[in-house]
Amino acid sequence: MRREPPQRLADYGPLFFPAGMLTLFFVVPFATMIAVSFFQRQQGGFYTPDFVFDNYARFLSLFFGKVLGFSLFLAIAVAIACVVLGIPFTYLLARSKRRIQVIWLVALLCILSLSEVMIGFAWSTLFSRTAGLTNLLVWLGLVSQPQALTPSFGAVMTAMTYQAFPYTVLVIYPALVRLDPTLTEAARTLGASPIKAFFTVVVPALRNTILATLIMVFIFALGSYLLPQLLGRPQHWTLSVLITDQAVYQSNMPFAAAMAVFLVLVSLALVGLALYAGRQKEAK
Amino acid sequence: MNALRRLFFLAVGLFLALPLIVVAGVSVNQRQSLTFPPQGFSLSWYGQIFTNPEWRNALIASLTLAASSALLALLIALPLAWFLWRRVAPWANIFQLLGVAPFTLPPVITALGLLTFWATTGFYGQSWTAVVSHGIFFVTLPLVTLSLGFSAIDRSLVEAAATMGADDRTVFRTVVLPLILPYLVSGYAFAFVLSLNEYIVAYMTVGFTMETLPIKIFNALRYGYTPTMASVTVLFLLVAAVVFGLVARFGDLPKLLGAMSEEK
Amino acid sequence: MSGLNINHVTKQFGTFTAVNDVSLSVPEGTFVCLLGPSGCGKTTLMRMIAGLDLPTQGSIELAGSDITGVPTHKRELGMVFQSLALFPHLTVGENIAYSLRIRGVAKDVQKKRVEELLGMIHLPGFADRSVNKLSGGQRQRVAIARALAISPKLFLLDEPLSALDAKLREAMQVELRQLQQRLGITTIVVTHDQREAMTMADTVVVMNKGEIRQAAPPVEIYRRPADSFVADFIGQTNLIPVEADSAGRAVILGQTIEAFSMPAGTTKGVLSVRPEDVQITAPGNGAIPATVTFIRDLGGAIETFVEAGGTQVIAVSSPRSRPEVSVGQQVGIRLDPATSVVLAR
Repeated sequence: MRREPPQRLADYGPLFFPAGMLTLFFVVPFATMIAVSFFQRQQGGFYTPDFVFDNYARFLSLFFGKVLGFSLFLAIAVAIACVVLGIPFTYLLARSKRRIQVIWLVALLCILSLSEVMIGFAWSTLFSRTAGLTNLLVWLGLVSQPQALTPSFGAVMTAMTYQAFPYTVLVIYPALVRLDPTLTEAARTLGASPIKAFFTVVVPALRNTILATLIMVFIFALGSYLLPQLLGRPQHWTLSVLITDQAVYQSNMPFAAAMAVFLVLVSLALVGLALYAGRQKEAK
Repeated sequence: MNALRRLFFLAVGLFLALPLIVVAGVSVNQRQSLTFPPQGFSLSWYGQIFTNPEWRNALIASLTLAASSALLALLIALPLAWFLWRRVAPWANIFQLLGVAPFTLPPVITALGLLTFWATTGFYGQSWTAVVSHGIFFVTLPLVTLSLGFSAIDRSLVEAAATMGADDRTVFRTVVLPLILPYLVSGYAFAFVLSLNEYIVAYMTVGFTMETLPIKIFNALRYGYTPTMASVTVLFLLVAAVVFGLVARFGDLPKLLGAMSEEK
Repeated sequence: MSGLNINHVTKQFGTFTAVNDVSLSVPEGTFVCLLGPSGCGKTTLMRMIAGLDLPTQGSIELAGSDITGVPTHKRELGMVFQSLALFPHLTVGENIAYSLRIRGVAKDVQKKRVEELLGMIHLPGFADRSVNKLSGGQRQRVAIARALAISPKLFLLDEPLSALDAKLREAMQVELRQLQQRLGITTIVVTHDQREAMTMADTVVVMNKGEIRQAAPPVEIYRRPADSFVADFIGQTNLIPVEADSAGRAVILGQTIEAFSMPAGTTKGVLSVRPEDVQITAPGNGAIPATVTFIRDLGGAIETFVEAGGTQVIAVSSPRSRPEVSVGQQVGIRLDPATSVVLAR
């Protein structure tokens, strides 16, 4: 068996089904969404084909500007929180015994796969008046009355960090496991304390990984849809919430599609900017 | 240093476990109230999942959807990953990219894309569209595990099989498939568990005609509280723990998640 | 004719020419070693014989028919890979039976053949073992047995012994040669180890930079190297510059020696003298004057390094004929025309 370019039509055989499925059910829907973003909304139905910019013009308002700004701010805040927490954690994890690593990985996978609905429900319970954390504080005598901690920005932020943390660890994990342990050992022999070695050797060596992780967690957090709704006030709703709201409850698919296209463009632009900035720094 | 590490691990562990402990606690409350620590002890809310027809139907819908969409994801990923490994065709990497994209973009994008697509083609609301949607959405997982699995196969094994008289098809059946099997199973497991828990894509495509468990919980949340949500959450957590535990037991989980093989 | 014929085969990878216009004829039943430094094209040549790579130009014939474009699996080969490529998901017996199984040979016939082969490689009763639990030497034998299961027309081995330690390697070389002679199978081995090639081969093919430099029996390669590359690559040798004086006599290390004749039409060349053919004597009386610079006593042999006319020359002698010299001593060296070759430069 030689590994070479496919030559006969039959050699392409295995590609037909996957390529067809991905094209038909991912590329075409994506294109449909872009097309719909230029369509006219039809009252009582879905939409009528057209080519108008109304849907884009509509969210160039202060309200949608605020929502977009808040969405980006929230995603960036979550990404930073996760990376700050995740890097030292993953660093220590990667240096633990294999058994301990496996147990943590299984636990992280369980939480990562846990439905957003369930994460939202779990945190709303933990932050509730009747079954929540504040009962513990009452019991400890720190506060006099149990109280609800939701809805609040803190609750949204905490739950989203909770949701994105396993993802962050799993994204950084390969790079940290492969990091040459003799690097820090060398730094230690040169007189650096473990913590100093971590900041002067590990963090700089991983700069590109950290940047990539920030971007990936940012996009991941941008997609959070239920947590702002379950744990936040309306002013904490993200663009994802508005998109779903417009598409499902307001039956305004063209407008939802326009917002989705805009979301893709904004996130791609931010990713591009971050990558560009990373490369500029690299060049120096 | 070691104490510091333990403390840090403990803090992270507590952060991750606390909400789940509370949920597990409220799931065994005797009465239908949201209180922690639980008052009394009862497993009746777990029974509810199977006896209450609404919850049972949602469970069956979720399991059916997860089992079939994970299979579809595998059927898309396997030939693609095999082709990319078997042939020199750099242009075909575009399909690899397409396979990874749905999972990397904010899910609401994929969900809305599929919603507009099903609405335009007139299939909106039919239950099989959820299978296709999830199959595409989660194709990333088996694609990544299988690509990893293929890259771990020593090509000289395939060449050896060829020198012994095996044609392409025989090589695939007798050498490649047995070696790729652990990755096939874990790819399926990942897709299955994530599909079981997925909300937004399922909701946007079939939310009005079919209730999966996450959709059911969300709908129930809006009308108030029932401890069954807590018991379902614990049940799902257990399913995930068992599945990933098995993957870890019979496969090399650190390697599967991108670490180099440590054969100790 | 039967056997293997390689006709003007060239293989290019992009702009890099791995094998350049190679022709070679391997008579049936002979044992050929492709020998050369890494990157000389020997493995590429073998992969083309196996059909794992396609030649850019040229043709390959096996047993009288052109197999250049025939896919690997239809060539009826047996091949042992450098990594051995034992299937990790199969037992020893299943590995050996693989080529029989995919040909649909009956189960009991397979079993009998596996037992036969396990006996041949001195591992009876190993059929149900896992290949991952075998020692290096055992894995080696299993790979050989697996390649021979169908009694192939051609037996190919790519650096088959490179993973073994030196002692085991030497034992396996002898065993492999005896096995080949017993089966009378046409065999090609790729190796970079010249001792291995000398031990096993009927014909040694020395390659460098994609070309065959010499193809001859081991003794001839050693005694009559075709050029200075071969002389230097095979065993240890002294390469000493030779020039012709105005009368056409050879001048070696500043001394005119009549007994050597230059290759026709050349005035400059290289003399290849094996260290064991360098004789250390008292200075004068026609010997080339030299100074001892270093003596290395290896127990089984003594190497004496001398400097003559600005060139280092090494002489090897056995402990019985140890030259009584010490570092710094003036000596003479004698070169025997019968055991030395003058090569074109």
